[in-house]
Amino acid sequence: MTTTNEKIGEGRLFPSTSKLEELPWWALIIGLAAVLIIFSILTTPLYRDAFDFIREGIVTTVRVTLTAYAFAIVGGLFLGLGRVSKNVIYYNFATLYVELMRGIPMLVIILYGAFVVVPIGLQLINGLGSWLTGIGLAGLGATLQQVDIQDVDMSGRAIAGLAMGYAAFEAEVFRAGIQSIERGQMEAARSLGMTYVQAMRYVILPQAFRRVLPPLGNDFIAILKDSSLISVLAVRDITQLGKLYRARTFSSFEAYNIMAFLYLSMTISLSMLVKFIERRLGRGR
Amino acid sequence: MDANQNSDSIIQIDEVTKSFGKVKALQGVSLKVKRGEVLVIIGPSGSGKSTLLRCINMLEFPDGGHIVVDGTPVMHKRTNINTVRAEVGMVFQQFNLFPHLTVLENVMLAQKIVRGRGREEAEKIARQQLKHVGIPEKADSYPTQLSGGQQQRVAIARSLAMNPKIMLFDEPTSALDPEMIKEVLDVMVALAKEGMTMVVVSHEMGFARAAANRIVFMDGGRIIEEGTPEGFFNNPREERTKSFLSKIL
Ligand SMILES: Nc1ncnc2c1ncn2[C@@H]1O[C@H](COP(=O)(O)OP(=O)(O)OP(=O)(O)O)[C@@H](O)[C@H]1O
Ligand SMILES: [Mg+2]
Repeated sequence: MTTTNEKIGEGRLFPSTSKLEELPWWALIIGLAAVLIIFSILTTPLYRDAFDFIREGIVTTVRVTLTAYAFAIVGGLFLGLGRVSKNVIYYNFATLYVELMRGIPMLVIILYGAFVVVPIGLQLINGLGSWLTGIGLAGLGATLQQVDIQDVDMSGRAIAGLAMGYAAFEAEVFRAGIQSIERGQMEAARSLGMTYVQAMRYVILPQAFRRVLPPLGNDFIAILKDSSLISVLAVRDITQLGKLYRARTFSSFEAYNIMAFLYLSMTISLSMLVKFIERRLGRGR
Repeated sequence: MDANQNSDSIIQIDEVTKSFGKVKALQGVSLKVKRGEVLVIIGPSGSGKSTLLRCINMLEFPDGGHIVVDGTPVMHKRTNINTVRAEVGMVFQQFNLFPHLTVLENVMLAQKIVRGRGREEAEKIARQQLKHVGIPEKADSYPTQLSGGQQQRVAIARSLAMNPKIMLFDEPTSALDPEMIKEVLDVMVALAKEGMTMVVVSHEMGFARAAANRIVFMDGGRIIEEGTPEGFFNNPREERTKSFLSKIL
């Protein structure tokens, strides 16, 4: 031991000799790997070929992720409000949903959404259509009756499953955010004569939203990664095209490196964005 | 009960009980507050002062008894409690300003969405009330940029902007540094002089002597003794009152 005044746990394994130790080596290594991949894409025909094939999936991955996330946020807010509601039915419905979803693997939820929930939902819409026709609203009725399972492509069905699962996660994020606001805020709002809904809308939620921004951002990264699961539905996202490319060429190394590279460049830049937002919010308080 | 007495009581509390699990916070409290009266409630910690105050505007729902506020039976199922609350301002120990809104917006919000006032009118009233409590220059600050005393004065202005008929104060100066207590008490004394009906839980004897019409002493969820400030402080009848007063005076 060379030093005496270091606290337990703060001591270094090796005495610091230079600033080298403080460098974010992990980030440098990632950066180097990225440069290497880009260099390979530019110079190696095999990599270039894999890249050109797989990058077609970026649009699908991003579109599915964004849409599913938007639905998950709306659904999550609705469920999160239920989780803190005093209304017995609303509370139990939300809690049941969240518990069910959190206990099922995302892959299973996606299969369930695509092959059970969406078809049943469409049947309900058809049923609603014939009922509307029955009561004389023939125009709208006929349109609804004609909605067919063929009209919802697999990426649409994939969105359903992802949104269903992530709505449960966002519900817990919103619940925690709402519950983190001091009780006194609700009491002050109510004592001024605001209804519960007004107090939520104007006092609690605006404060809760700022607090949940970082976790919501992290969940966006998570859903982006989980979107790779929709390749089981043969939706042509990054993962599916990577798998196809490998099957076609047997160049696993190139195919999977490109896949990882594409996901990482999205997730790492997003997580930098989340950290930036986190820091700005921290300063604002 | 005679009808005359009822009509000039703006708050009537009758045999109200409230328990939290096994804790009996209120064990049959009856109390009347006249229009324009300033009532100060004192008593040891846990005696039920806050609970009683919070029952008046239904932040706590009593287990039994009756409460009538300005002619409205507030515990009645069909009473819209929000319209009652709009007439009853409340000031909390912890201020509870809305931290995401400026001072001006704090004072305007409920005016707009509860009273239905337009932006201009709400802003005009808000600025008047901020002047009333002595901090018009802080309108565009955020609550966290204010001292405790200033925050509490904004909280008072926020309640007053609703033009309440009654103001409830729950230990409004207990969370303040000593040098800020006076600025808040001054506002409250002025308000009392203007004729506001006030129910104040506070151990500030200066305020009680300067503004109170009546002192109520609570212990163990019951009202033990009440009287005018002079009578109460100088000649308390009950042993419990005496021993409590000897501790705080
Ligand atoms: N929400 C609650 N849940 C459980 N117990 C409560 C709750 N509110 C009050 N109590 C209990 O009821 C009793 C009366 O509380 P109350 O807050 O009315 O007392 P108080 O006179 O205002 O005391 P203090 O001077 O400490 O503010 C106490 O024993 C308290 O612990
Ligand atoms: Mg109290």
